[in-house]
Amino acid sequence: MLKNYLKIAWKVLLRRKFFTFISLFGISFTLMILMVVTALFDHAFGPQMPERDTDKLLFVNMMREQRNGGFMNSGPVSYYFLNRNVRTLQTPDKVSINSVFSTVNSYVNNRKLALDIKFTDREFWDILDFNFLEGSAFSQQDVQSASRVAVINENTRKQYFGTGEALGQHIEVNQVRYKVVGVVEDVPVLRLHSYADVWVPITLRSQDFNRQQMHGTYFATIKAKEPADVPKIKEEYAAMLQQVERQQTEKGTKLFSFPDTVLESFTRTFLGNGRESGVGKLYGILAGLAFLFMLLPTINLVNINVSRIMERSSEIGVRKAFGATSSAIIGQFIIENIFLTLLGGLLGFLLSALVLWQINDSGLIAYADLGLNLRVFAIGLLLCLVFGLISGVYPAFKMSRLHAVEALKGGTK
Amino acid sequence: MITLSNIEKVYQTKSIETVALQNVNLKVPAGEFLSIMGPSGCGKSTLLNIMGLLDVPSKGVVEINGQPIQSYKDKELAHIRNEKIGFVFQSYHLVNDLSVLDNVELPLLYRNGVSGTERTSRAKAALEKVGLSARTKHYPSQLSGGQRQRVAIARALIGQPEIILADEPTGNLDSVMGEEIMHLLLNLNSQDGTTIVMVTHDENMAMKTERLVRFFDGQQVSDTVLYGNFQKV
Repeated sequence: MLKNYLKIAWKVLLRRKFFTFISLFGISFTLMILMVVTALFDHAFGPQMPERDTDKLLFVNMMREQRNGGFMNSGPVSYYFLNRNVRTLQTPDKVSINSVFSTVNSYVNNRKLALDIKFTDREFWDILDFNFLEGSAFSQQDVQSASRVAVINENTRKQYFGTGEALGQHIEVNQVRYKVVGVVEDVPVLRLHSYADVWVPITLRSQDFNRQQMHGTYFATIKAKEPADVPKIKEEYAAMLQQVERQQTEKGTKLFSFPDTVLESFTRTFLGNGRESGVGKLYGILAGLAFLFMLLPTINLVNINVSRIMERSSEIGVRKAFGATSSAIIGQFIIENIFLTLLGGLLGFLLSALVLWQINDSGLIAYADLGLNLRVFAIGLLLCLVFGLISGVYPAFKMSRLHAVEALKGGTK
Repeated sequence: MITLSNIEKVYQTKSIETVALQNVNLKVPAGEFLSIMGPSGCGKSTLLNIMGLLDVPSKGVVEINGQPIQSYKDKELAHIRNEKIGFVFQSYHLVNDLSVLDNVELPLLYRNGVSGTERTSRAKAALEKVGLSARTKHYPSQLSGGQRQRVAIARALIGQPEIILADEPTGNLDSVMGEEIMHLLLNLNSQDGTTIVMVTHDENMAMKTERLVRFFDGQQVSDTVLYGNFQKV
């Protein structure tokens, strides 16, 4: 029966070329937009290299200090605070302190090259899952002795050395020479906590270490032993912050800082309110936007489907006369609609792949590697099915209610 | 056997009440070839639709093989239509997007336990019976009126129904084609014992059947046995 339904669905699509075009365009374009947005979202917040264990990773990147009299100071955190209070937390498996990346100039063959440099400790490499193409990360000894060694990304390697040897060679960044010990795959700029072009030992900035202040230019990256430990780490962090507030700040000062997941660290900046990270709000906004965005093509599809099916009232009458139940008729039209939407979905995927390839190729987002991975594919497929059901159920139900006699007359009862 | 007792059908709109059938009592024994005649609008097609369980009477009882069906739900009615009744319409009502073979297979799609292979072989056999085995892959638009009606007959008989209800099956055909179709129906009745109820405007065709019932203004005005003319083929 399914084969018969699909056969007729295909014939109907071919017969009504204009309707088919409008339907497929609506579905594929809407899906394409949703797929691109999902891919961007996934790229920025999903488990991607080097932040693969997103369910175990937390990041401390901001602190808000609210003093008496309304004075407020907000920004990244100091090495002093992180080293003294975060590195000493008991629950995490590992804690890394690393700098906010900064852009510095470098010159290669008389050509100016703007590079983003990040100062990190050894734990940074243990926590994050970089894809090393050559060599390895700098060692604990390199960090302790403040060796001038660097891990560079693929792009920097290409700019400096082309196809030649890179390991053991030197690069000069901001007038300092570093020996290259490793080359990693490019990290997208959206991964703010791990992104850079050049990573060097944090001890090369030891002048920052003893500045006894809350704010600075550092992040902490925390890895939990198990995903279940994440809430415990947050609790321990909150308790620690209260203690710091009591012991190390002026009376009446309030400190706001949180170890956040990669998504929370983004939403807290734009949608956070007090202790609320804003993730729920973001999901609400995204769901609302997706719903509105899908509503128009769905209504359009419902209308097209009603008129498309109305033309086939005689067929409905015949099917009923020969033994089709109302539910069989509903099933047929839903299957046809799902077929249409899956076809639109397939086109949407191809369009999405094309657009993502264009975004990657354009360099709009540095080192972006947007792709239609399996999760994005599954979301797209689900969207297609929701689309097919929403736009197919109402017309199918309406048509299944048609009296066989009226249907045979081509009526609209 | 179909039994209609005290059937009344009234179409009600906000301001007008139209009586389509009134006090109809009719028994169609198994294996009979019955024709129904009457002027346009006298309720012939309405009666056929009620017999075929496509429409429900406003009053009265419809029985199929002694079973009253007024309490049956959509699913049960669909099952009876599928198992026991085959329809032939004046305007064929073939599905234009399906091939001849797929059109004929259609009733078996709604019957449990019939495999795709069996459907195809039965459809081919039905088409052979109506002399269209060479047209299986054609589409309805590629056939003549007579051929389309023969496809419709093949579709009606594929499920081996006990009853075939034919609503002016020769109405859109010229006399030669009409004769062909009539010959097919007579064959079905005489060889397979299929009960046939045929609505027609054509006196000649009606006279070839076993029994003729005439209607006027929604009422049955005569019921004549035509053994003299009826010839088992």
